[in-house]
Amino acid sequence: MTHRTVLSADDVRRALTRIAHEIVERNHGVEEVVLVGLQRGGVWVADALGDVLRGIDAEHPVPIGSLDVSFHRDDVRLRPIVPGSVTDIPVSLDGTTVVLCDDVLFTGRTVRAALEALNEYGRPRAVQLAVIVDRGHRELPIRPDYVGKNLPTARDEDVRATVEGVTIR
Amino acid sequence: MKHLLSVEDLTADDIHRLLELTDHMVEVSSRPIPKVPALRGKNVVSLFFEDSTRTRTSFDTAAKRLSADTMNFAVSSSSVNKGESLRDTIETISAMGVDAFVVRHKSSGAPQMITRWTNACIVNAGDGWHQHPTQALLDCYTIRTNLNRRDGFDGLRIAIVGDIKHSRVARSDVQAFTRLGAHVTLVAPPTLLPPSLDGWPVEVSHDLDSLLADLDVLYLLRVQRERMDDALLPSLEEYSALYGLTPTRAARLAPHALVMHPGPMNRGVEMVVDPSELPGSVILQQVTNGVAVRMAVLFTLLGSGSAASIGESA
Repeated sequence: MTHRTVLSADDVRRALTRIAHEIVERNHGVEEVVLVGLQRGGVWVADALGDVLRGIDAEHPVPIGSLDVSFHRDDVRLRPIVPGSVTDIPVSLDGTTVVLCDDVLFTGRTVRAALEALNEYGRPRAVQLAVIVDRGHRELPIRPDYVGKNLPTARDEDVRATVEGVTIR
Repeated sequence: MKHLLSVEDLTADDIHRLLELTDHMVEVSSRPIPKVPALRGKNVVSLFFEDSTRTRTSFDTAAKRLSADTMNFAVSSSSVNKGESLRDTIETISAMGVDAFVVRHKSSGAPQMITRWTNACIVNAGDGWHQHPTQALLDCYTIRTNLNRRDGFDGLRIAIVGDIKHSRVARSDVQAFTRLGAHVTLVAPPTLLPPSLDGWPVEVSHDLDSLLADLDVLYLLRVQRERMDDALLPSLEEYSALYGLTPTRAARLAPHALVMHPGPMNRGVEMVVDPSELPGSVILQQVTNGVAVRMAVLFTLLGSGSAASIGESA
């Protein structure tokens, strides 16, 4: 099995910095922004974006939460439930702008489940989507608002995105 | 896993997996809207041929939190009173499209029998003196979380006190606790012990007081008052004096020790102290955890990736 590195750790860091600035620009600041990482791959993305945003605007710390969508998936029967992956939304989402964060955007089914799961925590004014990699092959009408890298892939390839970089195998 | 009939059928790994899934269900239950669509469209039927409030409502709540449809079959108003056999009852209800039956029956082995007459999953919610597997699982979960024993019960000392002979809870608990590595002692008058304990990996004692100080868990069973009629106990007062949790005994428990009871409690008999004043009492937690454990069981049987369902939908 061959490994191909597509983004280095530095590339990922730069992408996160750019996305953070785009979030500030698009929302005219971060006062109403809440970052929500999708379990499990998106949790580090939300944390990392939160770090950068704190550097940009230290006066308005952005709340960071996590969302487990396992039980909302349309393919719940096909996936094992991962221990320790839990939902933790620290604030009411009413009137906020939620930025869902994930590592890799693929079919869009996780995001669909997330939109449904999010309903239980209030009514955000808007929901946006930030991903490190958009690898295509969408099965639902879902598109990201912030993208680290658009990456053409074959359907059967495995894409991994972490702080250390993005690899395809 | 197609049915949950007995703790006997579960390996230690199976138990650990169910308890880990229970962690998820506890988290789901703590959400502002404690309901997820995981079992949407599944039909769960409760068949209780014996009285129960907590087990029935616990299963019902569990199924509803997973968005399953639930139906309660009340024996008192059913055709069972017109002489319908158990088999006909099962086949008739099955024909309406049932994914799981939750069964309580006074005869040991009834849930096992029912598996032959339907394709639905069967969950044993208590059969005779035989088994009550979800009670054992919720007891394990309660011990696991309170004593922080995620990896097993190695070295834990648990005493189960009371009417062991007629108790399905005791049978299921002994199997589950020992499978996870605990050291179990049964404490009861000789008349309330099974005639033979061959194959039970337990010790037996008739002297509760000598054990108290070393216990991590004191598990009290309900004394069934109808046992008095069978002359198995001279009097409730005597039972209480020898085996009840009195204030004196409660004071001798270790500070970390848990006091558990499957309910319903007989205050003044096995439970002489007020449990709400016992720091180690986790009796209400057992009830709360019961819902989450039953969610995990229903989800495992009806929702998660068994080999059969993986083929169907991809």
